[in-house]
Amino acid sequence: MSQPTEREVLLDVDHVTLRFGGVVALDDVSFSLYKGEILGLIGPNGAGKTTCFNVMTGVYKPTSGAVQFDQKRITGRRPHEINRMGVARTFQNIRLFPEMSAIENVMVGTDSQHKTSVLGALFRLYRKRVKPEELPQVTSSNGLVRAVQQIRRTSAQIFGLSRHTLEERAGERKSLELLRFVGIEHRANDLARNLPYGDQRRLEIARALATEPKLLCLDEPAAGFNPAEKEELMGLIRKIREQGQTILLIEHDMRLVMGVTDRIVVLEFGKKIAEGSPAEVRDNPKVIAAYLGETADAS
Amino acid sequence: MSTDVRGFFAGVGERWRGLPKWQRMSGFAAFIAVLYYLPLLGIPGLMWLRTDSIEGGNNWAGVLFTCAIYVLIAIGLNVVIGLAGLLDLGYVGFFALGAYSVALFGSTQSPVVKALQEKFDLSQEWAVAWAICIPIALAITMISGVILGWPTLRLRGDYLAIVTLGFGEIIRIVIRNGKEWSGGPSGVAAIPGPQGPPAPDNKIFGLLDIKPWYWLALSIVLVVVFLVRRLENSRVGRAWLAVREDEDAAAVMGVYPFKFKLWAFAIGAALGGLSGFLYASRGGFIEPNQFNAQLSILFVAMVVVGGSGNMAGVALGAFLLAYLPERFRDFAEWRFLVFGLALVIVMLLRPQGLIPSRRRARELKDRQEEVAPHVAANRT
Repeated sequence: MSQPTEREVLLDVDHVTLRFGGVVALDDVSFSLYKGEILGLIGPNGAGKTTCFNVMTGVYKPTSGAVQFDQKRITGRRPHEINRMGVARTFQNIRLFPEMSAIENVMVGTDSQHKTSVLGALFRLYRKRVKPEELPQVTSSNGLVRAVQQIRRTSAQIFGLSRHTLEERAGERKSLELLRFVGIEHRANDLARNLPYGDQRRLEIARALATEPKLLCLDEPAAGFNPAEKEELMGLIRKIREQGQTILLIEHDMRLVMGVTDRIVVLEFGKKIAEGSPAEVRDNPKVIAAYLGETADAS
Repeated sequence: MSTDVRGFFAGVGERWRGLPKWQRMSGFAAFIAVLYYLPLLGIPGLMWLRTDSIEGGNNWAGVLFTCAIYVLIAIGLNVVIGLAGLLDLGYVGFFALGAYSVALFGSTQSPVVKALQEKFDLSQEWAVAWAICIPIALAITMISGVILGWPTLRLRGDYLAIVTLGFGEIIRIVIRNGKEWSGGPSGVAAIPGPQGPPAPDNKIFGLLDIKPWYWLALSIVLVVVFLVRRLENSRVGRAWLAVREDEDAAAVMGVYPFKFKLWAFAIGAALGGLSGFLYASRGGFIEPNQFNAQLSILFVAMVVVGGSGNMAGVALGAFLLAYLPERFRDFAEWRFLVFGLALVIVMLLRPQGLIPSRRRARELKDRQEEVAPHVAANRT
């Protein structure tokens, strides 16, 4: 299905081994991910899929081997640096910021692209002139509020708007766009912890997308979904790919994995046992023996 | 009963947020005016609020001043505990450093100033001016916050709490033992105010009339509230909350937790130092034993009782914990028992504190219109 040799490698996992004491979590795992593809990472429970994600996003350092992203070595870098290089992820057990609203969760992601820091937020001295339509509007019918709005508008005309304000606006705009993209815009101001389970999963995807990743790693995004929701998620994943992002997907649901991925890598006990197109993997006897077993027919 | 209490508070908050903006603005302005009026309080029927309305009660403006500097501390500690989620049990250390910065550089009797006088051949009256002591105090406390934070912010939760508890005590003990440079256990006197060293002819910031001191402290509190609010509602505030909620997830989303935790520590330290600075200027005399670990616990209690993460909450907590023991002096000996009971009761009935933290709902109407229409909703 894919012609790996002709395509540009985005992520290269190169002989990665990770030991926790005596336990070998990843054993000499190598695979590559090409720009624009959707790669499935599957394997039985405990095969090392999430550990693999953790190595790629800097949470764990491999005992040996290295991970290259976009021709740059990411092994040894800290998680936030790796994120800035263009790797974002979601978590198997949802890890949102529960006491923040949905839109703020996404804005934490957009913030990673912004420059304002403590001094910029405190004093707001760095200012830029803006187009007339971007100036604060005078809208209120109440005299007092109107006066305040007028002062804001006039001062913005004279001094421009601070980088903080502009970035805050851009962040809000982009976050709303992403919330709309995943279908939970109406929940923007609700606390993340009050969202229903499915919306929390969607919010995690929106938050990851907000960091403008080149590579999006989804860790069991369909866990706990019913068939209709899974169908929707497949549509969403394809839509993300259409925007030019590369996706690495961990998933247990075979129908979803077979339906949406271009290639699949199979892990078992920390070792890669197979790699290929969904059809190849489905027919691979090693994979059937190790993982799919009887359930291969069920899907 | 607990649901009644909760319902009442939630109702008040809900109604307040439901008011039109101009009403909230005027309400806030009126509240500030009342705060400035408080030391003059003479309305019949409300006189019982004054601490000097009871026998042996303390000077009313003096108590208000104490309340104001405690509020300042609570706001600073709230940045560390409430926003960034770092349990700091040694906050008194920064309070002490702020107090000693003005004492050691501003007082003509401090060993540091005396050494400087000798070295540079200055007169006996020479000392660093009060206004210049402010940036010195801020710099010293911020740097000490960074020095404490750099190695320890890799620790999490309880471990950090223990290290900071130790820090608070270390500061006190080092100052007490440093006789040659800090005055040792006998402390430092003649600490200046805005009008120079304490003297009977200081008209505004004198020893007897404490009202101007209160107004000064209140003004500083208001400026600090304004600035900290700006931080809260910016990228920095979001980063703090994200780190508090889930440090690893925040890191994977591009937030460098260490950097923002260090900033929280430095800002918290600076505010604690500013508070100590005011405390020392007003008192004119400090000694190391005023800065014991008990105070640290009191500071944390103010934040926890008031509502960790909410500035109005921690300010209320600080006010209550400073004011109530003064007003009800008969029970002053029972103070810590009452504090303990109050803490237990608050934790049982309202574990998030009196005014719990609540994220501001964002005004998104303008932004919604700007979002490109082609971004179609994924769900119908």
